[in-house]
Amino acid sequence: MAGAAVTGSRGKETIVAATETAGTTRRDFLYIATGAMGAVGAAALVWPFVSQLQPDASVLAMSTTEVDLSQVAEGQMVTVKWRGKPVFVWNRTPKDIAEAKATELSALLDPVARNANLAADAPATDENRAGIDHEKWLVVVGICTHLGCVPIGHAGEYDGWFCPCHGSEYDSAGRVRRGPAPENLAVPPYNFVSDTKISIG
Amino acid sequence: MSGHSTFEPKHPALKWFESRLPLVGLIHSSFVAYPTPRNLNYWWTFGGILSLMLVCQIVSGVVLVMHYTPHITLAFDSVEHIMRDVSYGWLIRYIHSNGASMFFIAVYIHMFRGLYYGSYKAPREVLWILGCIIYLLMMATAFMGYVLPWGQMSFWGATVITNLFSAFPVVGPTIVEWLWGGFSVDNATLNRFFSLHYLLPFMIAGVVVLHVWALHVVGQNNPTGVEPKSAKDTVPFTPYATIKDAFGMVCFLIFFAWFLFYIPNYLGHADNYIPANPLVTPAHIVPEWYYLPFYAMLRAVPDKLGGVLTMFGAIIVLFFVPWLDTSKVRSGVYRPLFKQFFWIWIVVCVGLGWLGSKPAEGGYVIAGRILTIYYFAHFLIILPLLGLFEKPKAVPASITEAVLGKNKGAAPASAGVSAPQTKG
Repeated sequence: MAGAAVTGSRGKETIVAATETAGTTRRDFLYIATGAMGAVGAAALVWPFVSQLQPDASVLAMSTTEVDLSQVAEGQMVTVKWRGKPVFVWNRTPKDIAEAKATELSALLDPVARNANLAADAPATDENRAGIDHEKWLVVVGICTHLGCVPIGHAGEYDGWFCPCHGSEYDSAGRVRRGPAPENLAVPPYNFVSDTKISIG
Repeated sequence: MSGHSTFEPKHPALKWFESRLPLVGLIHSSFVAYPTPRNLNYWWTFGGILSLMLVCQIVSGVVLVMHYTPHITLAFDSVEHIMRDVSYGWLIRYIHSNGASMFFIAVYIHMFRGLYYGSYKAPREVLWILGCIIYLLMMATAFMGYVLPWGQMSFWGATVITNLFSAFPVVGPTIVEWLWGGFSVDNATLNRFFSLHYLLPFMIAGVVVLHVWALHVVGQNNPTGVEPKSAKDTVPFTPYATIKDAFGMVCFLIFFAWFLFYIPNYLGHADNYIPANPLVTPAHIVPEWYYLPFYAMLRAVPDKLGGVLTMFGAIIVLFFVPWLDTSKVRSGVYRPLFKQFFWIWIVVCVGLGWLGSKPAEGGYVIAGRILTIYYFAHFLIILPLLGLFEKPKAVPASITEAVLGKNKGAAPASAGVSAPQTKG
């Protein structure tokens, strides 16, 4: 009991003082011990009911997607599903790559690469956005970083994507160039299994 | 609900709220200041335990629906998905399936308690009938829930139980087709059972509110069957009844946990882990344990309609117990003959349950017939006649006298409440 805390709140001091002097009894201990045991038991029971909301084993088992790149022609953009989300795989033309490389970092709204395969603070250069040693390939999660719509490819002023929901525009490296989206399109974790196959996730 | 609330809010905000909606006062008068007889024994904790089980079933059921698919091609697999893939899904499903059995164990004890201590007698008839309605709803809910995993027992249980209605002349077959939504138990049946299985528990909760309301109007019965007459006869609900109920719940949950963690499939049937096959009936088909006495009655009667009517009649007769029992004395404690017949009847019920789990042949059927006749005789012959011929023992003048003995009963009480209930 924090006796000092209520001092001054209109004559309650005496009551608190009486409680204080009574000291801790055996019964107090039993109350607290029983209550604590009950609280631990309740928490232990609540946990399974919270835990069941997590992605289950069957969802986690679907968390890797392989894509055969040999079927994607130059300039073609395909959409694959990874963890229920669209992932854009774009075989960029030399013109698209040149445009992305020519863009100064200072012209970007979001200067960070947002590439799950690189450090979190890597700059958003085209090298850091495109496939490692495979610069013609751009792999990004096809979800607008504004509110989750799927942007339309080969559209907008920057030759990348245009989001129909709120007008965000992305360039040919998937970097946001016009708001309201706050971030570049995310690059998912992936690696080249061979020159013609990637594994996402 | 009952008497005046002694709750007087101190905080201005609470005062403001209380004058507009006296919710806290209602809770206070119903579950804090509410006077309960001082002599309630542990059989009276099962009302609280049943409320706990209803909450347990609704919470675990709502969670299971998040992972279950009500379609004949997917239902069985989605239950296996819950058991194998969903985080703690095995635990939640076992809570729900064993919880149903625990619910019935508790409700049977609760009903036997009421029958022994005469809790159905005036002025508690409506309270008793509401309880019977809850029991009927529970049976319907449990039956439809058992169909949802779409195993062999689910399918054939659904087939047999729905076919009971085909016993009724003329309209029978039409009713059954209407229940099925087709010409056999199929996807339409599964979907409507799923919908109703989700709905009925909330209807049960609604009737439970009426049940508790009725209880708080007439007051609780007690082991003596004597109504509280003074403040000395009662103690406040909190802490006395709340702590005792909580202790009863903890003990019951330990019993529940033993099934849950050590023998989760003991009360189920292995056949229900085989996907439903409309072309093959399992060799030995029995319902869940809590229906077994009624199943034994169904099979005891060598006539289709007669068996069905007997089975339903066994439950319907419970609704009329307040008027079939003619005794002026409420509690079985003071009724020497009733006490003996009561225990014989309990043995008969358990015996019928055991017979229900046996194959319907030879001696089992004959025994089933004898016990079925006795079950009905208890209500229709023994209870009415006992009231006329039995000489009851002296009933104590008050609860306090029964608790403390005749001499001490007159002494000034040490414990009591400010607002006595003076309802008869």
